[in-house]
Amino acid sequence: MTFGLSLNLFGSTTKALEIDKVYDILIVGGGPAGLNAALYAKRKGGDVGIITKIVGGQIVDTSIIENYLGYASITGKDLVKQFEDHIAGLEIPMAKEVIVEKIQIDEGSNIKRLTTSDKKTYMAKSVIVATGSVPRKLEVPGEEEFFSKGVHYCAICDGPLYTNKEIIVAGGGNTAVEAAIDLSKFASKVTIVHRSQIRADKILTDRLEKLSNVEVKLETQIKRILGDTRFSGVEVLDKKKNQLYTIEAEGIFVEIGVLPNTQGFGDLLELNVTNEIIVDKKGRTNIPGIYAAGDCTDVEYKQVIISAADGANVALSVFEYLNTLDD
Amino acid sequence: MENLLTDEIKKQLSEIFEQMKGNVTLAIFTKDEPCPTCAETIAFIKELSSTSKKIKYKLYNIKLDEKKAKEYDVTRTPTIVVLDNDEAYRGVKFVGIPAGYEINSLISALIQVSGNLIELPEEFVERIKKIDKPTNIKVFITLGCPHCPGAVETGHRLALENPNIVAEMIEAQTFGELSAKFNVSSVPKVVINDKVEFLGSQPLEVFLDNIEKAHL
Repeated sequence: MTFGLSLNLFGSTTKALEIDKVYDILIVGGGPAGLNAALYAKRKGGDVGIITKIVGGQIVDTSIIENYLGYASITGKDLVKQFEDHIAGLEIPMAKEVIVEKIQIDEGSNIKRLTTSDKKTYMAKSVIVATGSVPRKLEVPGEEEFFSKGVHYCAICDGPLYTNKEIIVAGGGNTAVEAAIDLSKFASKVTIVHRSQIRADKILTDRLEKLSNVEVKLETQIKRILGDTRFSGVEVLDKKKNQLYTIEAEGIFVEIGVLPNTQGFGDLLELNVTNEIIVDKKGRTNIPGIYAAGDCTDVEYKQVIISAADGANVALSVFEYLNTLDD
Repeated sequence: MENLLTDEIKKQLSEIFEQMKGNVTLAIFTKDEPCPTCAETIAFIKELSSTSKKIKYKLYNIKLDEKKAKEYDVTRTPTIVVLDNDEAYRGVKFVGIPAGYEINSLISALIQVSGNLIELPEEFVERIKKIDKPTNIKVFITLGCPHCPGAVETGHRLALENPNIVAEMIEAQTFGELSAKFNVSSVPKVVINDKVEFLGSQPLEVFLDNIEKAHL
């Protein structure tokens, strides 16, 4: 068990967001895109605020990050701490632990009204949507029924509860392999089940191969989650032999990628077929004054460093818009 | 055990604790070995209290100080009971060490129990006032869970608003049996009066809905 502290500076020291003023920019989301947008916007002199469910976004659920330039290897929580420390001095007001449920625009005005899950309404001249993404589900029978009764989406949260138990990791990308490596420290056995071939980076698969308690089953598709009162295993299809069989385990961690977190914005913003917000090179959406950055957009690759850079790009672009408004 | 608090964290904590109004006393209950994570908890709180004059602590043995344990309804070790400026029990507890991400819920508890309360929307204040039966909120967490402190903070905030409410963080790995009893396989998991439960770091409204459900 490790006790290492993860101090969340924003939790205790930030100024609260005000409801009776009109901000230049309100940023929805506190992941790398949102935080970097805030950094750039604040340095430019903008009156900026952040509304976020969790500071750091998806990175806080990531155990190790090894492809952010400047850090050979850093834990997700430590990278978030670096981000926080960097912008803590800028005193950017924040509403945390809330999500934006709706964005409305006053008729005949440029004011955008953002309604949050705690029933407050904040106002801004421009908005940057940087809501990131949420874990993708298997979409097979039993998945919902056994959610949190053996079906999990956060390895670093729920992994310790499977100490000395047998578990399955679904997926074959970087997140799945990283989760398997991480979980192999707790679990007695980890079985990776993936419908095609492993497509994780070689540096990760090399590490995986060295682990004695990890088994990999490729070309194997999960058809059904099994269980009585709680999860007991999965029914899978061996695609080569065209055979159904059962893999027993006490838990499954689903790590098959992400979906854009754009729920609630579809009425206002133009989304593509996979529900990503459509943006141009400057991060502009179909609505003047509303921008989007990072994983919630149709940007091709979802990476921490790309999201952070996207946040900077969009913040700069927003200033072009603000300069066109007369006040 | 190595020090949990680096000089840098100590400095940051000292600044944060300037928000404390009155004093807070942490009553720490442990027992003779074996007592997993007890030594770590004591060392941690000692270090923490060095960052602010307003943070005091008292060490109790759950067996030898049976009366105190009963007064605060402490049944497991380690447990930290957060007492206010008058050393009064306000229903705020941590069962297990609040290290890892839970440092954040501990900070929040210290600041709020000291008298610097986060303001609640009027509609919620009314609903919380109406809770007139004993209400126990258990929030099961793991130390590596970034979403858990939010749920612990909400529980504690409710306890501070109404003397009928007690809220306790429970560190699920150390208290495996208790976690198994409540089928905790995902965190945060919130259990109200040992019967109504929900998952995830939910808004205050969901806590209230479930408390009201538990009293039906």
